[in-house]
Amino acid sequence: MTIASKLKEALLCMKAGRVTLPYPFEPHDPEEGFRGLPKVDVNKCIGCGGCANVCPARLIRVIDKDQSTRVLVFLYERCTFCGRCAEVCPEGAIEMTRDFELSTDDVHDDMIGEYHIFMGPCERCGRCYRPPTALDKLMKPGMREDTIDRKCPMLCPGRTEEKE
Amino acid sequence: MIRDWLIQKVLPRSLWVYHTNCGACNGCDIEVLDVLTPYYDAERFGIKVVGSPRHADALLVSGPMTRQTAPAVRRVYEAVPDPKVVFAIGSCATGGGMWHDTYNVLGGADQVLPVDFYVPGCPPRPEAILHGIATALGLTPKEVHALHAIQEADEVEIEELAEEQRLVHERE
Ligand code: SF4
Ligand code: SF4
Ligand code: SF4
Repeated sequence: MTIASKLKEALLCMKAGRVTLPYPFEPHDPEEGFRGLPKVDVNKCIGCGGCANVCPARLIRVIDKDQSTRVLVFLYERCTFCGRCAEVCPEGAIEMTRDFELSTDDVHDDMIGEYHIFMGPCERCGRCYRPPTALDKLMKPGMREDTIDRKCPMLCPGRTEEKE
Repeated sequence: MIRDWLIQKVLPRSLWVYHTNCGACNGCDIEVLDVLTPYYDAERFGIKVVGSPRHADALLVSGPMTRQTAPAVRRVYEAVPDPKVVFAIGSCATGGGMWHDTYNVLGGADQVLPVDFYVPGCPPRPEAILHGIATALGLTPKEVHALHAIQEADEVEIEELAEEQRLVHERE
């Protein structure tokens, strides 16, 4: 009885063949929809800080380095890969990549992202600004230092006069 | 250093690990279980999970370090005979995860223990844990590196930032 069941088990195992993944020696890509390390495309980012606002791990820091540079610092070591930042980004600048091989012996140096975004400074108050929506962006081409128009932009929170 | 030399000697052989949950949501612990199944089969690297820290060479820590568990984890760490290595599994153990600043959490595992290897992920895929082990054993290279990109005023440029251009950022 027991020998018969053992034989049956052995047969079953033989039929299944080898099931172990050869993984660390051969690549094994994640499934569709897998969320890996979020990366920012600095060409698309408008520096609105929406991602920093929703990140549950509060790992995105927005620092205005000088009058025309805004820096997004991602402390990736505590990222929960929830994808909220990519979902909320109005420009689709954040991509949840499929990178999952993140193991490291120095998490503080390797798991960090620093993105320097160019922002036009307001002529009047000197603060970084970008129009809030893509529609506003279409209407106001002068966002950058070289093309900025002489009027204080209507959206600037620091504007005091010049209502049209 | 003699400790590093000993670890180099010990690691490629059979590594016995003791798994500690110091406040994890159990996501990471389930993935650690997965790694031990025949499908992922960490035992082909000689890895075995043992029931007592006194039998272990490596300590697997998952979850954020809570105030309650920190003294106990410290005692577990001291019970592991030298030379020992500590793996932090999951975002909680690597940096505190989304609990990094809550009132009952001290932070990542490195607030209490000297962590040798980090496997971020929430939870990390079983493949990611295997990759971490294989990297620690020297079988595969490290894939991750810091990301730096800069957008210039006139033309957009993406380039590596020089060391002195980077912002200095302190961590909490
Ligand atoms: S994936 Fe989630 S935790 Fe990670 S940076 Fe984005 S919002 Fe934050
Ligand atoms: S939400 Fe998108 S556009 Fe806004 S700061 Fe984050 S990455 Fe940039
Ligand atoms: S890293 Fe994610 S899955 Fe692991 S213990 Fe923390 S919250 Fe849970």
